[in-house]
Amino acid sequence: MNAIVTVIGQDRVGIIAAICNRLAGHNVNILDISQTILQGSFTMVMAVDLSAAAAPFGELSASLAELGKEMGLSIRIQREEIFNAMYTI
Amino acid sequence: MLSQKEILSTIEMIDQQHLDIRTVTMGISLLSCCDPAPARACDKIYEKICRYAEKLVQTGQDIEAEFGIPIVNKRISVTPMALVAGASETEDYVPFALALDRAAKTCGVDFIGGYSALVQKGMTEADKKLIRSIPEALSRTELVCSSVNVGSTRAGINMDAVALMGQIVKETAAATANREGLGCAKLVVFCNAVEDNPFMAGAFHGAGEAEKVINVGVSGPGVVHHALQAVKGQPFDVVAETVKKTAFRVTRMGQLVAQEASRRLDTPFGIVDLSLAPTPAIGDSVARILEEMGLETCGTHGTTAALALLNDAVKKGGVMASSSVGGLSGAFIPVSEDEGMIAAARGGTP
Repeated sequence: MNAIVTVIGQDRVGIIAAICNRLAGHNVNILDISQTILQGSFTMVMAVDLSAAAAPFGELSASLAELGKEMGLSIRIQREEIFNAMYTI
Repeated sequence: MLSQKEILSTIEMIDQQHLDIRTVTMGISLLSCCDPAPARACDKIYEKICRYAEKLVQTGQDIEAEFGIPIVNKRISVTPMALVAGASETEDYVPFALALDRAAKTCGVDFIGGYSALVQKGMTEADKKLIRSIPEALSRTELVCSSVNVGSTRAGINMDAVALMGQIVKETAAATANREGLGCAKLVVFCNAVEDNPFMAGAFHGAGEAEKVINVGVSGPGVVHHALQAVKGQPFDVVAETVKKTAFRVTRMGQLVAQEASRRLDTPFGIVDLSLAPTPAIGDSVARILEEMGLETCGTHGTTAALALLNDAVKKGGVMASSSVGGLSGAFIPVSEDEGMIAAARGGTP
């Protein structure tokens, strides 16, 4: 199962490192990363593969949200299907 | 491959434009619960609802977490109770409402609809008993919603039922006076009620429906409003096209959630109802959409035309996006629940 991780917030040193570390800790494979600074705020979108993930989806989502709280960022993970449904026929 | 822009725009819709799944409603047929003994019928009703809807709330929460889309309400709709209770030898239908309330609480849903009677062409004895019991039923329950269909385009309006409902509305308000007349918020008097409506308080599971179904209601006035801001001043066809595209996206999301819920609950998918249902929150208003289309204030000349254009385009966009569009699928325009309408009424617009 693929999912999309989005990170939005104030830019600072170490965001990507921290998130990648956390994902690696859950055995989540990163497929693609794109990152920009949009109107002053750090915006990152990651496509990840959860097929070998060590934790159930809910736990993973909570773990990322918690990391977001620590770093003052909004981090969320959503299954890819929702974006596909809205933008592809 | 998805672009970053598409992903971020979806997140913006959810975060800032109040895009949500308004409800996942499980429709359950109670026709098999008819019994001459009212107590036994109530037991059957309670047992059947709990059995079918046991995992409804948990499943809704799981989908919410995985897809990152809020599902505001999880609800149950049942066969119009007058059809079920009519088989029982009793004058008092309130125990049936109590059984529904108990079942709803056990399942943890937000509301249960279907304490209803369909009397557009005439009233049976059971219909009359049910309607007369509404004030007490709504004052003694918390989660039960009631509806009465008093007219249809084919049959006209049943004026006897209208007269009776006038009294019932007043009695319901009086019976719940200590709770600001809350009973009336759970009571709908309909014309042309649909059998697969997932929205409360008017939801019921029609007699022509399957044993159980999953119906999903999506909303999103804020998303339409936002999309229209980008085409300000453009011709009608551009406005209609923009609404269609937006309705398409929103309905596709509803379809996805409906299919997922249907699969996980092993319950057939019924319909997606795309209705622009406002709330009093800023940015969640149908009136503001009409104003974005060019009205000075909602209620002024051209309001009906703008609403017709909006409804037409919403339906066309929705039909393409779902294998089965149903329910009410239109725009709700309750003056007291729409931030823009409230502002217009305060400003003196007729």
